[in-house]
Amino acid sequence: MSGILNSSIGRKFAMALSAFFLMIFLLQHFAINSLSVFSADAFNEVSHFMGTNWLIQFVMQPILMFGVVFHFVMGFVLEIRNRKARHISYAKNNGAANSTWMSRNMIYSGLFILIFLIIHFLDFWFPEINTKYIQGDMSGLLADGEGYRYFEELQHKFEPVWRVALYCVGFVFLALHLLHGFNSAFQSVGANNKYTKGLKGFGKAYAILIPLGFIVIALVHHFNH
Amino acid sequence: MNLTLKIWRQKNANDKGGLVDYKVTDVSPDMSFLEMLDVLNEDLINKNEEPVAFDHDCREGICGMCSLYINGEAHGPDRGITTCQLHMRMFKDGDTIYIEPFRAAAFPVIKDLVVDRSAFDRIQHAGGFISVNTSGNTIDANAIPVNKHDADKAFDAATCIGCGACVASCKNSSAMLFVSAKVSQFALLPQGKIEATDRVLNMVKQMDEEGFGNCTNTGACEVECPKGISLENIARMNREYLKASLKG
Repeated sequence: MSGILNSSIGRKFAMALSAFFLMIFLLQHFAINSLSVFSADAFNEVSHFMGTNWLIQFVMQPILMFGVVFHFVMGFVLEIRNRKARHISYAKNNGAANSTWMSRNMIYSGLFILIFLIIHFLDFWFPEINTKYIQGDMSGLLADGEGYRYFEELQHKFEPVWRVALYCVGFVFLALHLLHGFNSAFQSVGANNKYTKGLKGFGKAYAILIPLGFIVIALVHHFNH
Repeated sequence: MNLTLKIWRQKNANDKGGLVDYKVTDVSPDMSFLEMLDVLNEDLINKNEEPVAFDHDCREGICGMCSLYINGEAHGPDRGITTCQLHMRMFKDGDTIYIEPFRAAAFPVIKDLVVDRSAFDRIQHAGGFISVNTSGNTIDANAIPVNKHDADKAFDAATCIGCGACVASCKNSSAMLFVSAKVSQFALLPQGKIEATDRVLNMVKQMDEEGFGNCTNTGACEVECPKGISLENIARMNREYLKASLKG
């Protein structure tokens, strides 16, 4: 078992495990965000629970942070190592003849997702941490005390066109990343069997529908506000 | 057919090298790509110029020696073939054709289009073998029953000729398809079970030490492989490696 992370296959496996974790998290994030379209009250209740439950805040959240950082750092480490494996580039290389654009450009789609995540954190996560753990307001209530603040804050955030556009672009890159990443993760853990064909179809649906769902949610709040 | 060739010329391993333009005329569409290069070399020799060095041996698609990267693809634009099986009918009159060596830090250029693929030999030495009793009690391989499905998969993996097109095509210069074929052909058979753990660990260790990149599952290797080695083998090697790592 020793040194598994020092091997190329070990690193692939670790990358895939962090990807599985992030894909499950994405599904959960989408489910909660979807509530905001159907019921402001339900969204507020779930958001308050997620934002104040100690298990989620102090166990799951640090694990998520580790997963995100690990996936990005390992992605960059692998990219640097892979670039070192070819000192001289081809004068003519026809990559499109044998592989998809998405599979060849995971580092670039990943970089755009990283930029998007930083903006997303500045928009939502840092203000949330500031309110709860710096200012000490764990009530989740609006300034006037009339109900929870989460839904109002969400609608307010999606008011400017630039931010909605930025989110849409961010999710397009996420879709491109997932179009290769979903099935690549299964291949990396050794799952290539009779279910692979079906899984590829499911992966494509996941990669397109989940980011599209996030885009729809952002647009709904922008136009409803 | 009249063609313009842009060929990588490099005097030796230490030379910087670069692309040089050549014109070839009256090329028959029925020629193989290597025959076309033979014609060019004959012409260069007649002009007292240095002929282009390129690897070739059987010219029947079996040995895997011909290692050219043609117009951005290993073994050229056709599928399931080596360079010696590529015919000039795949090109059009007036075409410009780029001919480069297989590129990878683990495959250093020796001269012109000839690369050193001995890294593959060292990976094989690390574990690509089985132990057989040769002291007079050798058991005929056919005496051991093998499941038809496994036998077919093992045979498919064993068709790998070690040409290196997988490494050349991979954007990461990964050798995973080659190594996985060598691991799989034994892992699927009863004769290969004895050294299964050490084999995969040692071969992957050697692969990493040689400086090949990490596989990112683009699938380019499978598409460009002249023998159609499947990505299933890489998944199998990943499973074998994890199993062996947990044991070891």
